[in-house]
Amino acid sequence: MRYIVAIIQPDRLDEVLRILEEKEIHLVTVSNVLGRGRQKGISEVYRGHKENGRLLKKIKLEIAVNEEFVKPTVDAIIQGARTNHIGDGKIFVLDLKECFRIRTGETGKTAIG
Amino acid sequence: MRKKNKYFWGIAILFLFIGLSPTARAEEPAVLLTNGADISWVLVSAALVFLMTPGLAFFYGGLVRKKNMLSILMQCFILICMITLQWVLFGYSLSFGPDIRGFIGNFSWAGLQGVTLDPFAAYSATIPHQLFMIYQAMFAIITPGLILGAFAERMKFSAFCFFSILWATFVYDPVCHWIWGAGGFLRNMGVLDFAGGIVVHINAGIAALVCALVLGKRKGYPNHMSPPHNLPFAVLGAGLLWFGWFGFNGGSALGANRLAVSAMVVSHIAGAAAGLTWALLEWKFNAKPTMLGMITGAVAGLATITPAAGFVGPIDAIWIGALASLVCFFCVAVIKTKFNYDDSLDAFGVHGVGGILGTLATGLWATKAVNPAGNNGLFYGNPELFLIQLKAVVITIVYSLVVSWVLLKLVDAVIGLRVSEDEERIGLDLTQHRESGYTMLD
Repeated sequence: MRYIVAIIQPDRLDEVLRILEEKEIHLVTVSNVLGRGRQKGISEVYRGHKENGRLLKKIKLEIAVNEEFVKPTVDAIIQGARTNHIGDGKIFVLDLKECFRIRTGETGKTAIG
Repeated sequence: MRKKNKYFWGIAILFLFIGLSPTARAEEPAVLLTNGADISWVLVSAALVFLMTPGLAFFYGGLVRKKNMLSILMQCFILICMITLQWVLFGYSLSFGPDIRGFIGNFSWAGLQGVTLDPFAAYSATIPHQLFMIYQAMFAIITPGLILGAFAERMKFSAFCFFSILWATFVYDPVCHWIWGAGGFLRNMGVLDFAGGIVVHINAGIAALVCALVLGKRKGYPNHMSPPHNLPFAVLGAGLLWFGWFGFNGGSALGANRLAVSAMVVSHIAGAAAGLTWALLEWKFNAKPTMLGMITGAVAGLATITPAAGFVGPIDAIWIGALASLVCFFCVAVIKTKFNYDDSLDAFGVHGVGGILGTLATGLWATKAVNPAGNNGLFYGNPELFLIQLKAVVITIVYSLVVSWVLLKLVDAVIGLRVSEDEERIGLDLTQHRESGYTMLD
């Protein structure tokens, strides 16, 4: 089991979700995040006072999958999120130790799907 | 040396004389008497119409994405500042000043020269000329504001400022003069536009359509657009617009009189009828009535009754309101999708279409029973008025379309209209103003 975390551009979310759906990957958690990469953010100015946060809005996707779905998931995210611009984001694939489905108490591979 | 001194004193006395002359004039007994009740109502109306621009800012602002909220508020508020100065310096003179061939006013009232605290009979016999001027200023401010719904979320701020000033000068001011200025050729033809169906709504609506076409669609439109970011703001804005509209239409009577009452009553009725009609249409065709649909309907109804407000009766106003929602609903839901242009916040679909409809409806339902100074429409036995209204609609559409297009192309050639793709993705708040409307972290 793997846990896939992806940081993408907000405006690519629709497209990524569509392609994931096409590849029958339905389970996904989405959150708004702030972040910065090599492109750096844009600093804000309030009444002449410059804020140095320099963070940009991004979207974080979290998807838990069984082994055979790792490649399709990563491919789908890349296909949907790539614009060839700096700031397109990153994908991290982590090992996942255990998974429980709360309603049934199922564990492991069956609980993910 | 002595001679020079004399020269100086001569000029000084001359200036003193000029400087004192308005005061001297004010002390003479005024030919026209002002009326306290009329002054009070038009003062309040001016404030009500002013509030419509912040209202519009929230109405439009709630409908865009989070990242562009401030850009909408900013565009509306900078219009208040820029157009006020444009109006005072030369806009009022071009719109209402002494006539040049029925087309435009001349510059003789530039800087409000001669626009005094005495009434000017051709416009308003019972309130000070300056009050009429500031009341009209509020209309001049909100009209370019309506247009920005068409190019929301993608226009450069600098380009917006240039375009708005040019548009106010070359489109709003002349069209305002044709319809409302003494000597304006459409006014002389007998066109009825009580509170700005042609001057404000058709004018802005057509410019909006041109903007949507020239600027092109937003990235991701129509399949990948987020829903409105804050509908409660849009509802708040619509509420302020409705409230302000009582000054817009009721105030256009330019006095605290029976006509003001009639205009306010029919405006409210039309807004209510239109809001209800839109909700019913959605219930029938889109499964559920929506909040956004209802306020869109109400605004469409208020825009449509605007030219007719001082000329029609209360029951006819129900028909005008219902018709407004029927036609605007069709335009927004069917025509826009079919022709696939991105009039982002439906500035054309609601204001343009509503203005056209209302101006023609005035030609149908106007009656001298409501306003003896008006005229009878087709349903009251005078088909001629309908043709006059139709002619004015066509002339205004053509003029606004052509001149708005030329101005957009001009601004595009000089500084460019659209932000870059990256800026559009990041949002106008951060890229055009270096601010965010909302924080994500505390």
